[in-house]
Amino acid sequence: MSQITPEVIAAHSITPDEYERIVSILGRHPNLTELGIFSVMWSEHCSYKSSRVHLKKLPTRSKLVVCGPGENAGILTIGDDPDGNEWCIAFKIESHNHPSFIEPFQGAATGVGGILRDIFTMGARPIAVMDALRFGPLDDLKTGPRNRRIVDGVVHGIAHYGNCFGVPTVGGETNFEPSYAGNPLVNVFALGVFRRDQIFYGKACGIGNPVIYVGAKTGRDGIHGATMASGEFTEDSMQKRPNVQVGDPFMEKLLLEACLEAMQTGSIAGIQDMGAAGLTCSTCEMGSRAGTGIEIDLMHVPQRETGMTPYEIMLSESQERMLLVAHKGRENEVLDVFRKWGLDARIVGEVKDDGMMRVRDHGEIVAEIPSRPLADEAPVYHRPYTTPLRPEKMDAPAFASKDLTADLFTLAASQDLCDKRWIWEQYDYMVRTNTVEGPGGDAAVLRIKETGTSVAMSLDGNGRYTFLDPRQAAKLMVAECCRNLACTGALPIGATNNLNFGNPERPEIMAQIVEAIEGMAEACEFFGTPITGGNVSLYNETLGDPIFPSPVLGIVGLMKTQAPAGIAFRNPGRDVYLIGGLGAADEIRMGGTQYAKQVVRDLWGLPPALDMPFEKQVQAAVREMVTSSAVESAHDLSDGGLAWALTESTFGRETGASIDLDSDLRPELLLFHEGPSRLIVSTSDPAAVEKIAAAHGVPALKIGQTSDGSLVIRNRGTVLIRTQVRELKQCWASALENLLHAEVHA
Amino acid sequence: MKFGVVVFPGSNCDHDAWYAASHNVGHQAEFLWHSDTDLKGSDCVILPGGFSYGDYLRCGAISKFSPIMAAVRKHAAEGGLVMGICNGFQILTECGLLPGALVRNRGLKFICKPVPLTVATSDSPFTSAYAKGAEILIPIAHGEGCYTADQRTLDQLEAEDRIAFRYVDNPNGSLRDIAGVLNETRNVMGMMPHPERATDPLMSSTDGLGVFHSLIASFATQAK
Repeated sequence: MSQITPEVIAAHSITPDEYERIVSILGRHPNLTELGIFSVMWSEHCSYKSSRVHLKKLPTRSKLVVCGPGENAGILTIGDDPDGNEWCIAFKIESHNHPSFIEPFQGAATGVGGILRDIFTMGARPIAVMDALRFGPLDDLKTGPRNRRIVDGVVHGIAHYGNCFGVPTVGGETNFEPSYAGNPLVNVFALGVFRRDQIFYGKACGIGNPVIYVGAKTGRDGIHGATMASGEFTEDSMQKRPNVQVGDPFMEKLLLEACLEAMQTGSIAGIQDMGAAGLTCSTCEMGSRAGTGIEIDLMHVPQRETGMTPYEIMLSESQERMLLVAHKGRENEVLDVFRKWGLDARIVGEVKDDGMMRVRDHGEIVAEIPSRPLADEAPVYHRPYTTPLRPEKMDAPAFASKDLTADLFTLAASQDLCDKRWIWEQYDYMVRTNTVEGPGGDAAVLRIKETGTSVAMSLDGNGRYTFLDPRQAAKLMVAECCRNLACTGALPIGATNNLNFGNPERPEIMAQIVEAIEGMAEACEFFGTPITGGNVSLYNETLGDPIFPSPVLGIVGLMKTQAPAGIAFRNPGRDVYLIGGLGAADEIRMGGTQYAKQVVRDLWGLPPALDMPFEKQVQAAVREMVTSSAVESAHDLSDGGLAWALTESTFGRETGASIDLDSDLRPELLLFHEGPSRLIVSTSDPAAVEKIAAAHGVPALKIGQTSDGSLVIRNRGTVLIRTQVRELKQCWASALENLLHAEVHA
Repeated sequence: MKFGVVVFPGSNCDHDAWYAASHNVGHQAEFLWHSDTDLKGSDCVILPGGFSYGDYLRCGAISKFSPIMAAVRKHAAEGGLVMGICNGFQILTECGLLPGALVRNRGLKFICKPVPLTVATSDSPFTSAYAKGAEILIPIAHGEGCYTADQRTLDQLEAEDRIAFRYVDNPNGSLRDIAGVLNETRNVMGMMPHPERATDPLMSSTDGLGVFHSLIASFATQAK
């Protein structure tokens, strides 16, 4: 047995204080296997030790919440089917940032695999996936070639895994900033459906019940993945490639079907996937949740390599594995199902009453740790925080547009706003035939065949806003997600968050985290969207440079099943309304906009202001307009402001618009400010639109009409923008591919 | 009429085909497990899309050895209806029930989108409900859908009116724009596009209903 030296302890990212705590829990020094087990369970990734005290501020309850944070995924009830069965959705977001930088294809693929297991381990069948992706700029002279390779690898990895598994990837968002060049973000949001009486929890219930290992064999891949995901990138990070797991979506598909079928037999007492920290995490968490212990013998664990040590088996993050507890005497029913699907299923141990996680190797005890302190009593840090790190500039630089139409083309061709079809056409976004609204809209809509209702999903985050003001940006993010849902007619009911930040040991980064969480908590409370689970990804830094603080939010909403209006203007000659009015704007609040980024090429000031009660009224009005079919299209204003929202509305059917505004704002602000609480609708029934808006007390400005193929925007008679829709669309549609396949100019 | 949908390990459009046949078209449909040898009285066997056996080795190359395939071959030889969709088409070419092969898309990328097709023949149990030459919108979702065969086979397929569907804007490099083909006796068809995904007014198109309606009409005529 190796000596436990201070160097060995440090190499496991365990601090001297943490080591003291381990010794006091065990009443002795740990052996190397035990030290490894503590190091993964107490890693930032598994224990949330830096964020836990602040995560408690988030709202987690509502009448619809069946299961909040702490399980593998959050669960909400969505109503009954015609036979009176109650149906639920399970959903969660997970990041796979660090692995995706080191090995983009496998990193992204296993990110999808991991979150899918979190969903079906609870008994739900996954029906949709969305992704939030952040990369370095494709056209950067120095990092561009690598950024392009990462984009290609990540997209291919997501496609490979999701397509083969058979879950539709129904949308998401992709943005580019230099701060992501050395640390891309890959956040995957997955959702599944099931009956309430089919929910399974990750609990090792029933003393004497057999513990069964199912799925792929254990190999040496991914050892210390969770610890890696909790450290900054340094020069030798690329040497960590063997830490990245390798995914097999075919195996996962078999595991899904076998698990759901085995659950139907009624012989399973509890089940949990082996994700981060593998066998270690599942054994101690299942015991801890049930107040029991699990004893296993590693000689029964199916292995794909020979000569693996207990340390390696316990810490392996080989994919597509599950640990389940069967009711004693009924284990053969479980084993039979897995045999039918051609999967390994082996009894590896049993549930004990002593609260210990006991690991044997051919009978000899190699690790013996009390489950609860290991799983739930990781150190909790009240890390010091000051004021958030933010750009120095508050005041706006002088800017003035020479040609606003040219600026619109600049936005259309920009990496953030251009057509992402190249990405999402590589994803099967229709499999399982539930996708009512797929990629390219404001929100995705999935029908639930069993209940005759639909769920809408939206994903949002804005690193630039968050860098300017984390608290305000977090509120704007919640508001925008809910506004996206309003466009489809859905009522927001729950949320999941992924907190991507830099090193929490730096007080100015910790301040970003705290403020973002508090802002999110306030807004989620206000909009009635409890956070039922999520993920924290810290230490997103490379060589000391942090990413933009990048919280990402996934929100789900509920609606009657009907085809949503969609964002596209459908017919010429319809009235165009701006619901919510022109909004307020000033130079300082232009600093985080796409206009500032793409045209002024700078970042300053503050994100837009938000009036939450007004936002809620606007959303209620638009939701009613959509559900009562008063409008033919609905699209929210966000990135790129009014001009960009109008532009996107013209693309679907190349239906133009003639718009006349009446405002004192200077044109750059009028067209491109990103003030929230505003949506564009087109209608053949203006009276209905005005009536609904009035009933909700929100302004509905009639700003023009849809037309044949040109987009013209005037303010008080002065033409600000005039272009052919087709030309602008061509520019928008070809931009991403041009950037990805650009020759490298050195 | 009864549809049997084969479930191979890795099939993932099995449920979609079953749902289209049972709910959207309103006929009987049942799953058939790949290691069984009984078609359970199915009148039309559907080999669904997906990634049977993970597409390992080659798409469809392992599935052709599944025990159910002996029963499917026998069913086809006796004139029974067999339709392969996407991965099912790949399996039918691998096991020799249809000529040619499906190779990687010309662009080397997976493509998912609704594409326009022309109905190349209405003289088959799979296409009789369409007018010959009609343009329909059906989704594709595949990485290896480029139809390939030697010159003589292609000529023969054309001469014998055995091309069921053609792409209007060829998305994957298929020779002669072929999207679906028939066997010599016209009771086996394979196609890369997914008609089952276009059978519901909530989805992008309902043009795929024609395939099912053709099958039902043909079965009704046969039964008389």
